[in-house]
Amino acid sequence: MTKLISGFTRRGIIKTGAVGAGALAMPLVFTGSASAYTNEPTGSDVTFGFNVPQTGAYADEGADELRAYELAVEHINGGGDGGMINTMKPLSLKGNGVNGKKVVYVTGDTQTKADAARASAKSMIEKDGAVMITGGSSSGVAIAVQGLCQDAGVIFMAGLTHSNDTTGKDKKANGFRHFFNAYMSAAALAPVLKSAYGEGRNVYHLTADYTWGWTQEKSIVAATEAMGWNTVKTVLTPLTTKDFSSYIAPIIASGADTLVLNHYGGNMINSLTSAVEFGLRDKVVNGKDFQIIVPLYSRLMAQGAGANVKGIFGSTNWHWSLQDAGSQAFVKSFGQKYGRPPSQAAHTTYVQTLLYADACERSGTFNPCGVGEALEGHKFDGMGNGPTEYRAADHQCFKDVLVVKGKENPTSDFDLLEVVEVTPRAQVEYAPDHEMFAGGSLGKCNPGA
Amino acid sequence: MFEKLKNNDKLIMLGFTIMVFAGPIILAPFGAGYPDLLQRFAIFGIFAIGFNILFGLTGYLSFGHAAFLGIGSYSAMWMFKLLTMNVIPALILSVIVSGLFSVVIGYMSLRRSGIYFSILTLAFAQMSYNLAYSVFTPITNGETGLQLRLQDARILDAVNTSGSLPSPMLFGLKLNATNVVEMFGMKLQFNWGFYFCAIILIAAFYVSLRIFRSPFGLMLRAVKTNQNRLNYTGINTRPYTLGAFVISGMYAGLAGALLVCTDPLAGPERMQWTASGEVVLMTILGGVGTLIGPVIGAGVIKYSENIFSKINDKVLEGYFAMMPESISDFLVFIVSPFVGSGWHLTLGLTFMLVVTFLPGGLVEGATRIFDWLGSIGKKTKSAKPGGNTEAAE
Repeated sequence: MTKLISGFTRRGIIKTGAVGAGALAMPLVFTGSASAYTNEPTGSDVTFGFNVPQTGAYADEGADELRAYELAVEHINGGGDGGMINTMKPLSLKGNGVNGKKVVYVTGDTQTKADAARASAKSMIEKDGAVMITGGSSSGVAIAVQGLCQDAGVIFMAGLTHSNDTTGKDKKANGFRHFFNAYMSAAALAPVLKSAYGEGRNVYHLTADYTWGWTQEKSIVAATEAMGWNTVKTVLTPLTTKDFSSYIAPIIASGADTLVLNHYGGNMINSLTSAVEFGLRDKVVNGKDFQIIVPLYSRLMAQGAGANVKGIFGSTNWHWSLQDAGSQAFVKSFGQKYGRPPSQAAHTTYVQTLLYADACERSGTFNPCGVGEALEGHKFDGMGNGPTEYRAADHQCFKDVLVVKGKENPTSDFDLLEVVEVTPRAQVEYAPDHEMFAGGSLGKCNPGA
Repeated sequence: MFEKLKNNDKLIMLGFTIMVFAGPIILAPFGAGYPDLLQRFAIFGIFAIGFNILFGLTGYLSFGHAAFLGIGSYSAMWMFKLLTMNVIPALILSVIVSGLFSVVIGYMSLRRSGIYFSILTLAFAQMSYNLAYSVFTPITNGETGLQLRLQDARILDAVNTSGSLPSPMLFGLKLNATNVVEMFGMKLQFNWGFYFCAIILIAAFYVSLRIFRSPFGLMLRAVKTNQNRLNYTGINTRPYTLGAFVISGMYAGLAGALLVCTDPLAGPERMQWTASGEVVLMTILGGVGTLIGPVIGAGVIKYSENIFSKINDKVLEGYFAMMPESISDFLVFIVSPFVGSGWHLTLGLTFMLVVTFLPGGLVEGATRIFDWLGSIGKKTKSAKPGGNTEAAE
């Protein structure tokens, strides 16, 4: 082996290495970091990074989020009709960008995979100089990207992420969530379910096998068992599952009379369709009509599942049919631009972008520590959810939660859900150290650099 | 002939080292000079070099190499969580663990060859993926992926009071530190993590070169050419193929560990069959059985994944802004399906063209160009034999 090639001597390699290292060290001598925080904008622009799933089970939500982001940037820069900028209270934005700088943006595809999402976010931070990353449509991805943003020293404004862990055991000082969470869904749904379906039901859970599914299942099990329902069985399904028939068949034999689908997006469309095709909804078990519940609902899902959603209960963060001024202003400008009403995913990402921009304007900086301070404990209104507060202890927004039901007689392609009840904030609030959220800590804000 | 090879190897090593170290400067004009992508080039280069030792030399096509990548990642992550943020123990453990796994998987899969071997490795990889995804959730944290936490033990490190997560380091040198330099009118980013990966890449390349030139490498090539004939001459080929399998498994484990060193997160999607397929694509695209090919293939694929997928309609409109609006709209309409989320389409087309017209991969393309240039040189000068066009094998 050594005879065949003798071109390399130890000395030669060491020499080359030393020269190489010297050459490398050269430019490092002349550098020093001048900026106070990661990606401090120096020109007339400031860059936001929109990191959403464009492929995978949550691609529909991702596409709608992207539309909302574009709209938000337009409104912040003073374009269009201004949307919620006209209704947001308090408001510091002046319609000329943020801190006098025009907002530009870059987009990326998370592929609903943590690895790809982090690669995409990293390139936004390192290559494009993004000062804030926002997006997600899967809690697994949101938690992974939130961790990355904490390390890199930029703010992460979580998009659609419903797991308790995002602001629970995986919460980070640089991360903020406007969307509600699994615990809130369970707390809002339980009383409605009790009055609609009575007591003593036997529940079967199908759960998406990742952080969101786990925490939602835990929350719903806790809330339903507290009101006297019995949990028959919980089954985990991989996020990539497309055909749920093998999971549906055992339900019939299990003696359960209620099915909870802890699924979202494409998963929920497929599992619900499959459950309906198996005739679950026409069954009578133990003298009770079989019922299906989808704790986290969205209009996009309802559209995908079609007539199957009729009469099915769930909860949602926001719905376009709300009549307050903020919702109406948003629906109007979104409708004018894209010819359709926005989904809850679009709403939360739009609101997050505006809230971030407003916090920058209020604090007069893009420094994550300054912006974080401006967001912590911030109370606002006029953004579609009534009075809302960013709780300082865990960076979670607290607001009313909507309980919705699939409409029996939809009047249009978009009019698929009706709001059954608006559960007041007090009923869904919990202590920051609640057992379902314990085990993590915010840490300190990290400005990077 | 051997005399020439010796000199050539020296040249190859030197050229390779310079190219790798100058990566941040060379790639900056192409928008690829930022640390994350550079690190990926180096890491997937290592992965592909290792894969090429198995596939390129013995011809055994493994469809499950991502399993070792994932195993390396998880091992390294646990070292970070339990022992220390220093990357050395993490690298060592991940290479050992992935080596052990590849001994077991290799021992079973190598009882068959050809398509059966591929299917066996695919099955093992898919099993590992599913184990990581659901069965071993306490170890792997399932789909969410394994991340660092403030509360992790890290028994060798000083108690962390900063309130923020520690980052991977090499004896105190933080791997995520970047020095930004203004040079040639560009912002060049020199990142420690990249140079750490680059040094390992060069070492990995050197080891692979030595294997290619060794009697062991010759034996592996003999296996590829005609395994039956070897068996009939009384040589037991199993130890050789198993050796190659384990070496390439360890390369994959090393790459997996480096992924964690540059970005502390390990998720099961790293072990999915698509990831295994990706390294096959890289190797074939660059040139199977060539030394430098896999590195080039890895670079091309990672570049398109990270750059093409970022090009949206807005960016395209910017490209064609100088043209009349109708033409620019038309061009955007034509090009947009191939970029953004449609980058797979571009990759597929490139792959198809390469396999059809350049079965030897991009390296063959480069060789042909050099040959062509050489022949032109010969004609015009009609002196000396044309430039030495020995392929960068």
